[in-house]
Parts: sequence; structure tokens; C-alpha cells
Amino acid sequence: MRAIETIMSAVGTDDLVLSTTGMISREVFATADRPGNFYMLGSMGLLSSFGLGLAAMVPGRRVFVLEGDGSALMSLGTLPLIAVESPSNLVHVILDNEAYESTGGQPSISAEVSLADIGRSCGYRRVAEVSDAEGIGAAMAECADGGGPYLIVVKCSIAPVEGIPRVSLSPVEIRDRFKACLGGR
Amino acid sequence: MDSQVFCQTLKARGLRFFAGVPDSTLGRTYTAIAEDPEIRYVPAVREDVALGVASACYFTGSLGGVLMQNSGIGNVINPLTSFNLLYKVPALLVVGWRGVGGEPNDAPEHWIMGAKTAEMLDLLGVPYEVLDGEDAETKLDRLLAAIEELSIPGVLLVQPEVLE
Repeated sequence: MRAIETIMSAVGTDDLVLSTTGMISREVFATADRPGNFYMLGSMGLLSSFGLGLAAMVPGRRVFVLEGDGSALMSLGTLPLIAVESPSNLVHVILDNEAYESTGGQPSISAEVSLADIGRSCGYRRVAEVSDAEGIGAAMAECADGGGPYLIVVKCSIAPVEGIPRVSLSPVEIRDRFKACLGGR
Repeated sequence: MDSQVFCQTLKARGLRFFAGVPDSTLGRTYTAIAEDPEIRYVPAVREDVALGVASACYFTGSLGGVLMQNSGIGNVINPLTSFNLLYKVPALLVVGWRGVGGEPNDAPEHWIMGAKTAEMLDLLGVPYEVLDGEDAETKLDRLLAAIEELSIPGVLLVQPEVLE
């Protein structure tokens, strides 16, 4: 299963996609680069809070946060904050391969703790745990109605893509292109 | 300076979105901001989360604010160095300065960061102004000008007993 490719194929033209540091941003960039993508090159754990702020700023557009289990675990406090602030346009996707793939596949603790259960107990409006392309497709279709915040936990394998390039845009280029896409000054 | 006046001063300069972690130095400023119907306040669970949330404002053409205590500066170093300073995404950080000057001022847990706060910001290359009761508006405007010119976060360090 190619999780990122499947997710990106279900993203609409106006949707905003934020991706976390490491392999996830590199794979999103290589698979489906577009002006509505924001690549967080560093700051592991920060993406979900940035996504929360952005969802509040642009309530008319869906905001996808794509991060890994390591990143979600690092900022676990942001999950209840998202649930409490409850932006209906936020779709929080955790690609859970139970490992720190970007640094060599060291195990994370998510093999023994359910991020979906954590999301439910935090109070996300809807939570799905999926493990194949069909499941991703169904979850992506369900979150089209703006009744979020949604949490989609994608249980996936460690599947490094050989020779995947780094994001070739500079940080300021990423910023400016994304800002222009939002119509900001 | 009265906290309500300070809140209105911030609002008059376009700040309508704050996220933060409360600090006693900021006194009633927290309440003034959190209860103002024209301001959106997000009660962040950590200072780095507050900065992440508030940074989104820049992308729709406004400036986001963060309320926090200087003990949380450690928590914002990573977002500052690998997000805000790198991507040049500005924000206004209103930071309560506990333990100004270090030991024996304030409680022991504030001595070391209290003594190092300004140096820490100098080291990071983050502009700051110290609010000590004099020329508050001038200092705020100077800081906001630096934030706009550099397009990076700036810190308003608020000394104890300045905001009532």
C-alpha cells in the first residue's frame, strides 16, 4: 500500500496539506507537489499546532495535517487541544508505522499504544483506523463533509523509497508559495 | 500599566489572535485577552504549541500573539530555530519575566532562566524590548517595527508588577 499516494489522490484542489519533517514531507513532495502543500522541514511535533491555527484562520478550506506516529507522540498534548478547539475543517492524519522511519526505522511506542483510542478519548468528532488503500479511500470520502475534527490513523509498514529526493524548495519559497495560495498579503 | 489598556493597545495594532500558557507576571492581561469578544484566544498546552498555533496568522496577513512565561523559552527554541527564524514567520511573544537578574529574585526555579533570559534571546537573534513601566507604547511599536522588518518573532519581556 502506498499510503501517501492514496491520500494525496483524494485531496481536493482547494484543500491545504501540511506535512511533517523527514520522509513524510519528502514523499509528499515527490508524489504530489502542489501550491497548497506546506512542508515543515524541521520542528518535529509542531505541525499539528500549526494546522490547528491554520484551520481556525481559513474555516472555509479543509486542512490536512500529515504526520507520523513519532511526531504525534511528541506533541500528544495537541490532540486534546484540537478536540477542544474543534475546527470542523481539520483532518489529522497519522501515518503510523510504529517507527522513526526517517532516522533509520527505530521502533516507536505506538506498537503498544493505540493512537486511535487516544484520539477517541480526546474527543475528535470522528476517528478511523485504517490499514489498506480501501480503508484510506473510505476515510477520505467520509471526511469530505466538514464535520471534523477527524483523526485518521493509517497503520502502515516501513517502506523507505529508494533515492527519494529532499524537498528542493527553500523554506522561504515554501512559505511564499503557500501564503499566495491562501491569498495572504 | 493597566491590563485592559495594554490589551486595547495590542488590539489597536491589529493583534486579534493569541495562544498561550498563563503566567502570573502578565496578571490580568491574560483575563483581558481571553475574555475579549474581539480576540480569539487558544489555551495552548505548551509554549511551543502556542507558537505553532499563533504562527498561522501570518499566512492570512495578520500577526499572531503568544502569552507565556520565560521558563517556557526552552520549549520554543526548536520551533524558533527550525520554523519561525528559518521560514521567516513572525509572531509577537509577550513573555512574563520571572526571576529578573537571577538569585535571589523570585522563587528558586526562576533564578537561572531569570538571569539568562535576555542573553538567550540575544543568542537566538530574536529582537526584544523590556517592559518595565516606562514608554510602553514606544517600546511595543519599536518591537512591532522590528518584527515587520525582519519578518521573525519578537519578544516583549514583561517585568513583574508592570501590568496590573
